[in-house]
Amino acid sequence: MIFFEQLGKFFLLLTKVFAKPEKYRIYYKQTLREIESLGINSFGIVVIVSVFVGAVITIQTNYNIENPLLPSYLVGVTVRDSLLLEFSSTMVALILAGKIGSSISSEIGTMRVSEQIDALEIMGVNSASFLILPKIIAAVFFFPILSLLSMFVGIFGGYLICVIADVVPPSDYIYGIQYAFYPHYISYAITKVVFYAFIIVTVSSFHGYYASGGALEVGRSSTKAVVHSSILVLLANLVLTKLILS
Amino acid sequence: MIEVKNVSKRFGDTIVLDNVSVNFEQGKTNLIIGQSGSGKTVLLKSIVGLHDIDEGEIWFSHRHFNALGFKERKEIRKEIGMLFQGAALFDSSTVEQNVMFPLDMFTDKSYEEKLERVNFCLKRVNIENSNGLFPAELSGGMKKRVGIARAIALNPMYLFCDEPNSGLDPKTGILIDNLIKEITEEYNITTIVNTHDMNSVVEIGDKVIFIYAGAKLWEGTKEEIMHTENKELNDFVFATSLAQKLKKQ
Repeated sequence: MIFFEQLGKFFLLLTKVFAKPEKYRIYYKQTLREIESLGINSFGIVVIVSVFVGAVITIQTNYNIENPLLPSYLVGVTVRDSLLLEFSSTMVALILAGKIGSSISSEIGTMRVSEQIDALEIMGVNSASFLILPKIIAAVFFFPILSLLSMFVGIFGGYLICVIADVVPPSDYIYGIQYAFYPHYISYAITKVVFYAFIIVTVSSFHGYYASGGALEVGRSSTKAVVHSSILVLLANLVLTKLILS
Repeated sequence: MIEVKNVSKRFGDTIVLDNVSVNFEQGKTNLIIGQSGSGKTVLLKSIVGLHDIDEGEIWFSHRHFNALGFKERKEIRKEIGMLFQGAALFDSSTVEQNVMFPLDMFTDKSYEEKLERVNFCLKRVNIENSNGLFPAELSGGMKKRVGIARAIALNPMYLFCDEPNSGLDPKTGILIDNLIKEITEEYNITTIVNTHDMNSVVEIGDKVIFIYAGAKLWEGTKEEIMHTENKELNDFVFATSLAQKLKKQ
């Protein structure tokens, strides 16, 4: 029963979010601010995680297929496909759900409990749209860029470990990442990321927007935001993969 | 003028407001007083539409507020300024950005014109030259002043203040009270102040409404309140030993 009540509240919130903005210029500025806050500020974590994961996948793949019958360029193929198909979309989204989801939920939740949202409403501002819509636009626009960045950096991480640790000859790795490349994998990953961006921002905003009480409740709503958006990202991954790759 | 007619509000099975009717007059500082948990804040938030009422009517200058849709309410809300208990300033914005926010949202003025208005409002609340400060850098009294400056930025017809001097020392509290009264008279606006501070009643209460357990128990002036026979109101007004000594004298 509570689930359906929450679901109803969630969709009601979305109808408020997608109402006509009061002033496009202000929303445009807000969106730019959110691109910086949600997108550009996430460059660092995406780059660091992707480089290391790319390098680790390279070492693990080489370890697992050490067989004279299997060509060493397969390491490059595996690294590329692992990153393109799953890591740079879903795993990066889960990392961002932790970083951005908790940040959105605690920011909006704090505004709720300190009456800043009430202040917006009193002024006649559609607070849901003003606070959430720019975040959705920023995330839907910027998450694919972060995903693409993760792909490039992850593959580079694999190349780097080949050069440094001589896992496989770098020329074989380069050949592998070009071998049997399907550009469709990239559009598949980007499609998933757009859905993930929407899920993470709306679910986290929902938990923040309806937070009540004090600091403890804001913290709880932040935890719920991360848990729920992560579960929904995994569910969306399953559904989208079935729909797109079947 | 704001008219509240037979307003009731429940949270679950708890009756928070019970058939409250009251007129708030223009150009006067109308005070809602009562103990903590008596329903003052719910009444104030119901009047401005932050809570939907279960029964009754709320009229803003002959406009039936709670019968209006979101868009029509929005027009009235542009005429409302509100000072919240914690000032509710936007943490990530400077003082200037906070006061300029309603101007940005609802006017097409140039930046220079908006800045002029911001500086005027800040000067009016005696906090000029603080444009670049963030809320975290302000004292409690300064936050309240900035809150008032933001509330009056669009020349409101109605000003609502929720416990404006809570958390302030008595001297700063009186300064804030007097500022609210001056602005009310200067712009001839309808001001409603929620308080449980008797200093405020004595300083600025043109009209006083006493709320007890969700119901309006008494209504009168600050002079009348001192001679009331109402037991609950007497208990509230003369709760402190200092007030009791003053009454005996």
